[in-house]
Amino acid sequence: MAAPAFVRAFDSDLWWSFRRSPVTVLSAVVALVCVGGALLAPLLAPHNPFDLASLNLLDAFKPPAWAAEGDLAYPLGTDDQGRDMLSAIMYGARVSLLVGVSAVLFSTLLGVALGLLAGYLGGAVDAVLMRIADIQLTFPSILVALLVDGVVRAALPREVHDQVALFVVIFAIGISNWPQFARTVRGSTLVERNKEYVLAARVIGLSRLRIMLTHVLPNVLGPVLVIATLSLGFAILAEATLSFLGVGVPPTQPSLGTLIRIGNDFLFSGEWWITIFPGAALVAMVLSVNLLGDWLRDALNPKLR
Amino acid sequence: MRSWMRAATLAALLGAMAAAAEARTVRWAASGDPNTMDPHSQNVGTVTMVLQQVYDALVARNPDLSPAPGLATAWEQHEPTRWRFTLRPGVRFHEGEAFTAEDVVFSIERALQPTSNFGIFVDTIERAEKVDDLTVDIVTKVPDPILPNKLASVFMMSRSWAERHNATRPQNTRQREEMHTVRSANGTGAYRLALREPDVRTVLARNPDWWGWREEGNRGNVTEIVFRPIASDATRIAALLSGEVDFVLDPPLQDLARLRNAPNVKVLEGPEIRTLYIVFDVGRDELLYSDVKGRNPFRDLRVRQALYHAIDIQAIHRATMRGQSVPTGTLFPEQVNGYVKEEDVRLPFDAARARALLAEAGYPNGFSVTLDCPNNRYINDEQICQNIAAMWSRVGVRTALKAQPLGPFFAQIQRADTSVYLLGWGVPTLDALYSFQSLLATRGGQPGDGIWNFGGYSNPRMDALIGRMKTESGEARQAAIREALRLYREDVPHIPLHHQMIPWAMRANISMPHMANNQPFFRWAVVE
Repeated sequence: MAAPAFVRAFDSDLWWSFRRSPVTVLSAVVALVCVGGALLAPLLAPHNPFDLASLNLLDAFKPPAWAAEGDLAYPLGTDDQGRDMLSAIMYGARVSLLVGVSAVLFSTLLGVALGLLAGYLGGAVDAVLMRIADIQLTFPSILVALLVDGVVRAALPREVHDQVALFVVIFAIGISNWPQFARTVRGSTLVERNKEYVLAARVIGLSRLRIMLTHVLPNVLGPVLVIATLSLGFAILAEATLSFLGVGVPPTQPSLGTLIRIGNDFLFSGEWWITIFPGAALVAMVLSVNLLGDWLRDALNPKLR
Repeated sequence: MRSWMRAATLAALLGAMAAAAEARTVRWAASGDPNTMDPHSQNVGTVTMVLQQVYDALVARNPDLSPAPGLATAWEQHEPTRWRFTLRPGVRFHEGEAFTAEDVVFSIERALQPTSNFGIFVDTIERAEKVDDLTVDIVTKVPDPILPNKLASVFMMSRSWAERHNATRPQNTRQREEMHTVRSANGTGAYRLALREPDVRTVLARNPDWWGWREEGNRGNVTEIVFRPIASDATRIAALLSGEVDFVLDPPLQDLARLRNAPNVKVLEGPEIRTLYIVFDVGRDELLYSDVKGRNPFRDLRVRQALYHAIDIQAIHRATMRGQSVPTGTLFPEQVNGYVKEEDVRLPFDAARARALLAEAGYPNGFSVTLDCPNNRYINDEQICQNIAAMWSRVGVRTALKAQPLGPFFAQIQRADTSVYLLGWGVPTLDALYSFQSLLATRGGQPGDGIWNFGGYSNPRMDALIGRMKTESGEARQAAIREALRLYREDVPHIPLHHQMIPWAMRANISMPHMANNQPFFRWAVVE
């Protein structure tokens, strides 16, 4: 049996094209720093912003360390509660990444499954699923996410809502993004299902489910990888937008978007670091992920080689 | 033909210019929008700040909040339980009805209805009696020496207007009832309600017939007030700086320095008669939200003292309030009758002492508790609670913070569904009894007793002193207040934090008196 396409894609020429592009290498480094800093926050962060006992109000509104009144203990300054900004950003990036990755996984699973079904079965199933996708694509995805969050908020009592808020955000962002995956996978499946190897599998009497999962699926996953990478940037931004609007993750688990929202109140009063640094972290994270996605798209496109 | 047109154009232009010179509009912004226009349905500052431009009460207030003749020109205590009010002649409501004793009787009865939120101001009233068209007697159940001060908060409505519009009882806001008074108002005040679009804008137009314009020394010249709620701090300030609004009632404290330096903008500063406290549940045998089971740590005086010692009020004053607060150790600020300087002393900030007291009380490792807090009611309320949660955590009391908007927050604490909460308390009557009776009297006694005492504090000595405040007068009454303030300091049923300062920001060409009840009176505003 041939190795699946996406595994084959990781052999040497992909690596070669990666090394040839300094922008890509740089974004990979930035992305690694962001992800590493976020994942290892409990080990690396100088303070634990969630430990109330470690906060000292006397340290509130400290500017970054290089400013005149800065304090080396707080390299990027502190917020209105005396919380270290660097640590808050690291912990915030953790929440942003968790939501982003989970939402992309969710929309990938849903989109790939529905796209595969639509493309392979065709007919009425295809028509219904694709019309649903079309309808959803006419709504801006942030609106869909807001809608889901609003409905859940109204349906659940506040205490319950706070506990499930993280899952609601993941679901809201994930559900708003599945049509992209579904349409791509459906397109590739339409091409693949008439190829000889699929016909052969059908002739030897394999079940439709088996053909879809073991024969068609591996051959349509290449583009999915590209979309998933690009979607990660979108999902992180969507989470930040929702949190900035105050409907995202609960304030007890501040994400980058929440930090930017809090900092926004101090924008006019001169304490710029409370909002600029989380914003810069968000930009760095999303930009590097998007550049990596662009490179992956080009590298996997045979016409550009 | 042509010259006729030219003349008409010229006349129109001149007219427009004259109107522009006459029209003095103040565009006013604040974070919250009033949730009703009914004068007796919500005893909330956000509602009153708009309605007091439209409605008058029997007793008005001077800029220093002392009582002044309003719709009543004189009043006296005829018998211990009977006050006689002489009404101002020739007053008309905005829709043309004449103001008479009938309307006074009706308005007081309306404020006494179950859906009224103004019961605390009329709690002692037995009935109101019309003597003649311009004289009203108010009969109280017990002698009430501060009745005129309370009636300054009860707006007068027209009986015939309310009957015509099916609004003879206050709107039930808890059930979001819809009725005519939710969007319409018909008072006797300096401005009439010209347009009401909830959450968008409220336009008030000058009532040229208002009696007060003729009063000596009133130079008020504002012809129109346009109120807009702008919830976001940054947006509200941007609107003021860019000239989109002229007056901001609640500028965020962090922007004051910038506003003071901005050209054409000035900041009026002053104290508010409002004090913030942390209130403990001292009533239950076991706290609802704590890991201590079988007993209530807050019933132990040493625990309350320990948490008091743990609070660094100066740090809150400096960092969170940016100097815009008056730290206090007593129940109300000095403008309130009964204030005693010697009782305005805090337990000092002393974390070591706090830990020692906790250990002595049997909690060497502390305990956990949930602090309930509003996040849009008082100045920087949520930040203050975060500060306190951190300070308590540092001495071992692991404090979880539950901050929520004022609607759900007040609903929750009014069910006494809390272990410890933040409360701010203003004193509209400017008398100590209002605070003691509402916050510290045992619940379920006489009407009005303990209606905001959700910590379940109950001390027979305190109740006896409050009883003396209700009936006695003169030096005996002041002595009772003094003793009650001492008891309040010894018992620590609350941790007092500070009195709020309420800066107002406005365009430099506006002059108006700063009011310690945070209620702007545009009748005195002068636009140069």
